[in-house]
Amino acid sequence: MTPTPILAVRGLTKRYGGLVALADVDLDIRRGEVLAIVGDNGAGKSTLLKILSGTAQPSDGEVLVDGAPVAFRSPADATDAGIATVYQDLALALDLDVAANLFLGRELLRGPRPSRWLGWLDSGGMRQRTREALDRVHIRIPDLDKECGMLSGGQRQAIAIARAVTWCDRVLLLDEPTAALGVEQQQEVLNLIARVRETGIATVLVSHQLPHVLEIADRVAVLRRGRLVTVLDIREATTERLLALITGLEQSETTTAGAAR
Amino acid sequence: MSASPPVAATPTTPLAVRIGERAGSMWTFGVLAAIIAGFSFTTTNFLTQQTWLAVSVAATHVLLLAVGQTYVVISRGIDLSVGGVLGLTGMASGLLMSNLMHAGWSDPLTIALGGLAALAAGAVLGTANGLVITRLNVTPLIATLAMLGVAQGLTQLLNHGQELADLPVGLGEFGNRVLLGGWVPAPVLICAVITVVAALVLHRTRFGRRTYAIGSNPEAALRMGINVRRHVTLVFLLSGALAGVTGFLVMAQLSAASVTAGTGAELKSITAVVIGGASLFGGRGTIAGAVIGTAIIAVLETGLVIARVSSAWQLLAVGLILVAAVWADQQRLRLARRT
Repeated sequence: MTPTPILAVRGLTKRYGGLVALADVDLDIRRGEVLAIVGDNGAGKSTLLKILSGTAQPSDGEVLVDGAPVAFRSPADATDAGIATVYQDLALALDLDVAANLFLGRELLRGPRPSRWLGWLDSGGMRQRTREALDRVHIRIPDLDKECGMLSGGQRQAIAIARAVTWCDRVLLLDEPTAALGVEQQQEVLNLIARVRETGIATVLVSHQLPHVLEIADRVAVLRRGRLVTVLDIREATTERLLALITGLEQSETTTAGAAR
Repeated sequence: MSASPPVAATPTTPLAVRIGERAGSMWTFGVLAAIIAGFSFTTTNFLTQQTWLAVSVAATHVLLLAVGQTYVVISRGIDLSVGGVLGLTGMASGLLMSNLMHAGWSDPLTIALGGLAALAAGAVLGTANGLVITRLNVTPLIATLAMLGVAQGLTQLLNHGQELADLPVGLGEFGNRVLLGGWVPAPVLICAVITVVAALVLHRTRFGRRTYAIGSNPEAALRMGINVRRHVTLVFLLSGALAGVTGFLVMAQLSAASVTAGTGAELKSITAVVIGGASLFGGRGTIAGAVIGTAIIAVLETGLVIARVSSAWQLLAVGLILVAAVWADQQRLRLARRT
């Protein structure tokens, strides 16, 4: 008997008019794992991520959080359920400093009733909590007063991920987190994902970069033309095998990782 | 895992860039100091109480508009209607006071109600701007340009294109009263208090923080659960309300509601805000910058009159400073920001 998955989809289908973007997908995400989703362009990766993050609603099928069906009407619903998304464009306000970005939309306020009503910011508190949040995943940014626009791409990615894990306790959704970064910074982001895993948060990683997937993921889900081809345990996965599955050269009958082949 | 390498260690910022970052905000203050120094060397009797009174009163015609404009520009908008709103709120408030006066109401009560009416009318017009922008998805430039026309038209219609001078005597006394040993005109004191409050709200509260966030990255603000439409509407409400207060103060100084009051004030307020370092792309700007920008305009306006130089030079000088300020700001950002 396997434990209840922290997040799961059952019979998930998404149609855009006549186009079927996602067809009858069953997938489990387990506590504290890194699940990579790979597939060619148009395979349905983004659609799946959009549904999990609440920005799109399924045409059919359901999403289960801790085994209970949920309906995400908006990204806020997903966030409330402990699921946070880091978008490709990071969604940072580059004119604001690190702490302001971490607490964007959730600013800490200071003092008793009257100053709370005025919305008086607790800058010291936010800075300290930011420091703690960054420490938790071993991100070192000495100058928290620095505008995010003055930080490097890797640092910005790190802040976006730190913000997401600060406000979620179940699942972190990452969309191409290593795209548009230098080699060294890509490695730093992979290390960061490993540290997020240590905190017990599950990560769903959408990536085109198979070497990164093989390095960091525990399991790999392969999508092709909207259908789930297979879910491989990382020990069964090689670049060649994944490429074959992505392009359709190999058809797989197994749909769950670890199942007998 | 504490031995794992830290993600992206600090880049060492070159000293020159750090100095540039700090100096950038002081740059316009230096220009203001240089202009004042220039006048005091070339013009006899420049540094006098008279000059201060003239400059500070001139500044009140622009300062609150610039404060409101700062909020708007930081949130990535622009408000071209403030001059028109200034004129319309002055005229509307003037008509109300004129009627109350003839109905036998006392001066203080009439004036107080007139002030509140101007504030409320400005807030309503600003809210209309905000709703057109956020609900009808009309760009701020077009929406407020339309409001400018509407407000100017209404100002003409309200009193048949005539100036309204049939106002309580107390109004002119209030508008020209000088407090604190003859150094602080009442309108200047009112503007100063409002400006300080506006600065605290912008730089110390959640409302201000979110104004920056929306201007910096509206999409991010929306995704993080900020009600962007409501916030933008409130920012335009604020700008309109401050234009209403200015309309009342200008009328009080002139002891008359003029149909031409506020003409061109929108461009002055935008100039002041941009000289002060605000970016029309949103996310950047300070109230202190708006104050300095306003002071530069007011000192040039008044100083050239005292120096008996044609006011044409003032327009020219402000134009040059505007370009220089924007250019310097872009250089600073280019140096500091890696993209």
